[in-house]
Amino acid sequence: MKFGIVVNEGPYQHQASDSAYLFAKAAVTAGHEVWRVFFYHDGVNNASKLTEPPQDDRHIVNRWTKLAEEHKVDLVVCVAAALRRGIKEENLAQGFRISGLGQLVEAGIKCDRLVTFGD
Amino acid sequence: MLHIVNKSPLTSTTLESCLNTAAGGDLLLIEDAVYAATTGSAFEGKLKAAMGRLKVHVLMPDLEARGLADRMIEGITPVDYAGFVGLTVANKNCQSWL
Amino acid sequence: MSDVKKFMFVNRKAPYGTIYALESLEVVLITAAFDQDVSLAFMDDGVYQLKKGQQTKGIETKNFSPTYRALEDYDVEKLYVEKEAMEARGLSEEDFIVDVTVLSRAEMGAMMDEQDVVLSF
Repeated sequence: MKFGIVVNEGPYQHQASDSAYLFAKAAVTAGHEVWRVFFYHDGVNNASKLTEPPQDDRHIVNRWTKLAEEHKVDLVVCVAAALRRGIKEENLAQGFRISGLGQLVEAGIKCDRLVTFGD
Repeated sequence: MLHIVNKSPLTSTTLESCLNTAAGGDLLLIEDAVYAATTGSAFEGKLKAAMGRLKVHVLMPDLEARGLADRMIEGITPVDYAGFVGLTVANKNCQSWL
Repeated sequence: MSDVKKFMFVNRKAPYGTIYALESLEVVLITAAFDQDVSLAFMDDGVYQLKKGQQTKGIETKNFSPTYRALEDYDVEKLYVEKEAMEARGLSEEDFIVDVTVLSRAEMGAMMDEQDVVLSF
């Protein structure tokens, strides 16, 4: 089955990004495809390569990058939401790309299931 | 339909709204909504009343993280993340009650 | 794109206190541009989004409520308001900036079941 995932909250502040990641990992482990993860609202902050958590904590940004590399997951950051919050190409982490809201709608159309994580 | 709720029923009316609206199907409690799955909470009666109409599941890693794994209300189905994925597959659609 | 899906946007949050209502509306407009079957549900505090007479000058924030009136131009005409939520907030249909269909919770629940994609922000 083809999954789309929406993440509406930033890393560390809210559990949404952790839940979304663990869901995505379980989905690919079960043999499903995670076609796209769309980051919206404060969720765009998951894409900042300037993120530096303490060493004994999980690295939420790098975890998404690794998932994208290993399972060809398309990580899309909403451009309007990103610009509002200071996320640009210059501080975008590897594996993420900035694009329009149409990418979210497309995920809704093309995926068998769209699952949202937020506040 | 799968209804996903992530807020404690004692600080937010989200779960109550979901229970009042959902016709049937599956309900999955994740994140802070797992507190609704515990015995002795002030919400227990309302959740139990809905268990006839809705099949209630709780995301165990979230319940364990909060130290309440041993207080799960009887009749609720514990699931892990694989089970969460399974619920989204088994239902035609899902809604996260944000 | 030939396939049309039923998208429902569930709005349960009040405007201005958080950005969710505004950014959700942006998704609604884009979805309509993709020629999808779009409906909006206003429940709980989400019904406050539709209140007439919003004046945002004093909080130096854009008043986006007129956008609900523009939805018609995008062929988005299915706006549903939860009756119980509306009444619990002392509001009636006359208080809204647009024409809506008022549904009971049970009717709203049945409407959700029929959707392909339910988005809530």
